[in-house]
Amino acid sequence: MKKIYIKEEYCIGCRLCEIYCQVKHSKSKKILKAFREEQDIISRVLVEEIGHNSFAIQCRHCVDAPCVDACISGAMTKNENTGVVNCDENKCVGCWSCIMVCPYGVIKRDISAKRAASKCDFCEDEKIPVCVKNCPNEALKFSDTDDSDSNAENYTDADNNPGADSDNYNEVDAE
Amino acid sequence: MDIYEKQMTGIYKKSDYPDYKIPSGCAVFGILNQSGATFSGSDIIEGIAMMHDRANGLGGGFAAYGIYPDYKNDRAFHVIFDDINSKKQAEEIFKNYYKILYYEEIPTRQTLNISNAPLIYRYFVKLKEGSAADGFISVNPAKNRFGSDFSEENFTADFVMKVNSDVSGTYIISSGKDMGIFKGVGFPEDIGEFFRLDEYKAYLWTSHGRFPTNSPGWWGGAHPFGLLGWSVVHNGEISSYGRNQRFVDSFGYKCSLSVDTEVITYLFDLLVRKNNISIEIVSLILASPLWEQIERMPEADRQLAKTLRILFGGALINGPFSIIVGHNDFMYALNDRVKLRPMVAARKDDFLYVSSEESAIRKVCVSPDRVWHPEGGMPVIGFVKNSGSKNNNRQGSISDNILKGAI
Amino acid sequence: MALKLRQSEFEIKRDEGKCIHCEVCVRQCSNDSHEFDEDAKIVSSDDANCVGCHRCEALCPTGAIKITAKEPEFKSNYNWSASHIKNIYKQADSGGVILTGMGSDKPHTIYWDHLLFNAAQVTNPSIDPLREPMEVKTFIGGKPDKVDIVKKDGNFKLKTKISPHLELSTPIMFSAMSYGSISLNACKSLASAAASFGTYYNTGEGGLHKDLYKYAENTIVQVASGRFGVDIDYLSRAAAIEIKIGQGAKPGIGGHLPGEKVTKDISSTRMIPEGTDAISPAPHHDIYSIEDLAQLIAALKEATDYTKPVGVKVSAVHNIAPIASGIVRAGADYIAIDGFRGGTGAAPQAIRDNVGIPIELALAAVDQRLREEGIRHRASIIVAGSVRSSSDVIKAIALGADAVYIGTAALIALGCHLCQKCYTGKCNWGIATQDPYLTKRLNPEIGSKRLAGLLRAWSLEIKEMLGGAGINAIESLRGNKEHIRGLDLNDRELKILGIKHAGEAW
Repeated sequence: MKKIYIKEEYCIGCRLCEIYCQVKHSKSKKILKAFREEQDIISRVLVEEIGHNSFAIQCRHCVDAPCVDACISGAMTKNENTGVVNCDENKCVGCWSCIMVCPYGVIKRDISAKRAASKCDFCEDEKIPVCVKNCPNEALKFSDTDDSDSNAENYTDADNNPGADSDNYNEVDAE
Repeated sequence: MDIYEKQMTGIYKKSDYPDYKIPSGCAVFGILNQSGATFSGSDIIEGIAMMHDRANGLGGGFAAYGIYPDYKNDRAFHVIFDDINSKKQAEEIFKNYYKILYYEEIPTRQTLNISNAPLIYRYFVKLKEGSAADGFISVNPAKNRFGSDFSEENFTADFVMKVNSDVSGTYIISSGKDMGIFKGVGFPEDIGEFFRLDEYKAYLWTSHGRFPTNSPGWWGGAHPFGLLGWSVVHNGEISSYGRNQRFVDSFGYKCSLSVDTEVITYLFDLLVRKNNISIEIVSLILASPLWEQIERMPEADRQLAKTLRILFGGALINGPFSIIVGHNDFMYALNDRVKLRPMVAARKDDFLYVSSEESAIRKVCVSPDRVWHPEGGMPVIGFVKNSGSKNNNRQGSISDNILKGAI
Repeated sequence: MALKLRQSEFEIKRDEGKCIHCEVCVRQCSNDSHEFDEDAKIVSSDDANCVGCHRCEALCPTGAIKITAKEPEFKSNYNWSASHIKNIYKQADSGGVILTGMGSDKPHTIYWDHLLFNAAQVTNPSIDPLREPMEVKTFIGGKPDKVDIVKKDGNFKLKTKISPHLELSTPIMFSAMSYGSISLNACKSLASAAASFGTYYNTGEGGLHKDLYKYAENTIVQVASGRFGVDIDYLSRAAAIEIKIGQGAKPGIGGHLPGEKVTKDISSTRMIPEGTDAISPAPHHDIYSIEDLAQLIAALKEATDYTKPVGVKVSAVHNIAPIASGIVRAGADYIAIDGFRGGTGAAPQAIRDNVGIPIELALAAVDQRLREEGIRHRASIIVAGSVRSSSDVIKAIALGADAVYIGTAALIALGCHLCQKCYTGKCNWGIATQDPYLTKRLNPEIGSKRLAGLLRAWSLEIKEMLGGAGINAIESLRGNKEHIRGLDLNDRELKILGIKHAGEAW
């Protein structure tokens, strides 16, 4: 099961994760071309900031994903094997229900295409997601194990992170 | 040989000799009869001759113990003089502190390959009553950490080192009791022949053949090196020389003889005689076991080995070496802790042999009872029985674990 | 009205062809050198405040930024260099003392670079450290004058009591850098690396933060003139105690922590008011002479039951030899000498660049004097003050040191770019700052790995050089000047260092 862990005590708010996510999801996959020529590529990861506290958050691929329940067209699905919650953008009708129910606020609107966008897909064809790889301070960590919780990392809960919803921040999902 | 003739030959004086150190490559051999029975020097000469190719004719020497039964309790100084004036000057100095009981030129015979010998004399002396350091010897009190007890041994050691460094043209090459060092420029078997060593009888003989990497010359530069009753022959090069030399210097030992082996002699005198560390465990200092080996030792041994190593880092001898150390009460042989030079030991009846090559032992003793190669850092010690020394009463002890049957 | 010359030393070159206006540089620069224009939607730069720390250059995803040194603006003048002129402008403007950070950058002789090491050939085999044992384990502490070993029941026992020692897996330790001058994350990196590698770090005069208590076994605590954070718990936790008399960057004056860096946490660790400058007194006000030092050493040993080594840190000054002799006789277990090139978080530039002597000469002089007086064995010597590489370490040991302290080298391993602006508290690398936004940038997990990597690399190089010289235990190199030769040094310098010139044999 793939998981990205957030270490907000090390996030420096540089937003390089956003930039590399944008490049990864661009058409050209090249940083200069993507930023020059393509318009409004949406990053799947978002850096939340208050004061000097910041962290980068993307889709948590919840075990019991509200967005899957809310989706009226069946575009949002959870892959039982990999645990990845995916959005089939061709099926999306742009009702924004998923955005409203997502407890983390990580789904974004793709206004131009009038549909939901930016679901983190763990960079399917990469060994390590590009946000994790390019974080200069190791504020994001990636693990891909079969047993989901036994190697769960301990990290700080909402007390130190005023920007998040207090209850749902803890990444370790109960199985 | 006529004294006048000696003066005219162009011998190499120490003062002509460049003031840098000459490392030694070589052959060593030692024979001890543990019952104290004496035997002629012809065995040792035969043995060292067997290793002729390990030397290059630029130095050879012997140490012999038990050779002066008539003067058993008096000091015997073997002295090399550059010329007759040095001899006269030195004798005046000797007489200030010692009573000269008897002296003579060491008898020699004409040997084909030995020439240009300096004057070599032996003096049997006794320290005069009330002899004191009157300015000739002034030991820096800062270097006298073992207290200022006056003893004949301490005085004589300081005296010998002072003469060797400051009195020009005079070199006391051995200063023990009932023992002497014979050495010079030439193959050791020729040196043995020159000094008529086949005519002497000793219970302990050590010898050395030298392969120096430098220009020929000075008789005093051959091995063995001696101070008081100690004699050291050495095959190897001391890469820790600078450290060791500064260490012994801080206790008042002056290295002045241009060969790194000299410092080993002083380390033994310092650790064993002055600091009273038993000869059985001094290898823990001179060829300390590796830290990882110390970690694996049983608790009591480990404490001792670790502490000695921490305290005496300055005495660790680094670099390859095989040494044979002679003393009135024992023969002691040791390799560096990673055994970078050869050493073989053998026993037959009361005899203990140590050598660079087994061939030398077999030449002299055709079928020994036991032959073995000591491990790096493990000494071979043969005590002379009934020597009355405190080192003689050795029972099963911590040293057995450390020494693993080396004795 | 005052005329002010724009005085930046650095130029920010932005390659417009590569810049994607991602704003990473804007966010990362604490000196506000980059700005995002909301209307034109482009990033632009202003050199005025650039300090040359290279943070933006390092993080730019397309490599669009290049920071280069600017040519001095004045007509070329060998005597009146640009820095002298600018300093006078600053002082005329402000009437203040010019501060700076890190070690002296003046072009004086670097003696390490004039020393050459030996190798064994033919007569003595060199040793391959990858295949043969090679020991660099080091012990710090005093040795007794005489050792008594008795034989009882067939067992040898050491009768003499030995004073406490520190055990180091390599002869390198982390120098004193206070929490305050550097961030807590930097302190954690140093402590964690020291613990994992088997060496020690030094708290400096900042007291001991509670997050570092778990590294107590590898901590040397400092008792400096301000006595910040010193109480019985502080002393009991430590592995060793160091009385700081001086440091190489500013001999004669005390530590200086500018008010900008005194946050709430620092204030409670050091027990001083928030926001005030923490300027340590110049001397310890209870040490006005050598016997007072002896008294303090005895007091510290008594307070800790004689279970920890107590050392003294001094700057290298002209009379370092008799000073060192006095310190050893006062009972110190080790003496740490900091040369004039040592680093600092803040010091007056005039003192940093003009006071003190090089550590190489100080070391040789102290080692020589202590041996002449027959007391070299009573204390270990640790040197600091710009040890830049493993070869510097090995030369220091050959000249007589037992171990070295590294400060600047450790910070460089953590990301420091030596911009010398530590005193501003705006360190973009999260090292010399207390600003929480900036301190996040130093991840102690990464920092600890990097420092351990540095120690490992240097230890391997030291082993290679030792093996090359035919030595397999570092104690055989200490003070072994036969393995060092000088190059391009005059007779006087050779004599003071106690070494021969290259080309001379044994």
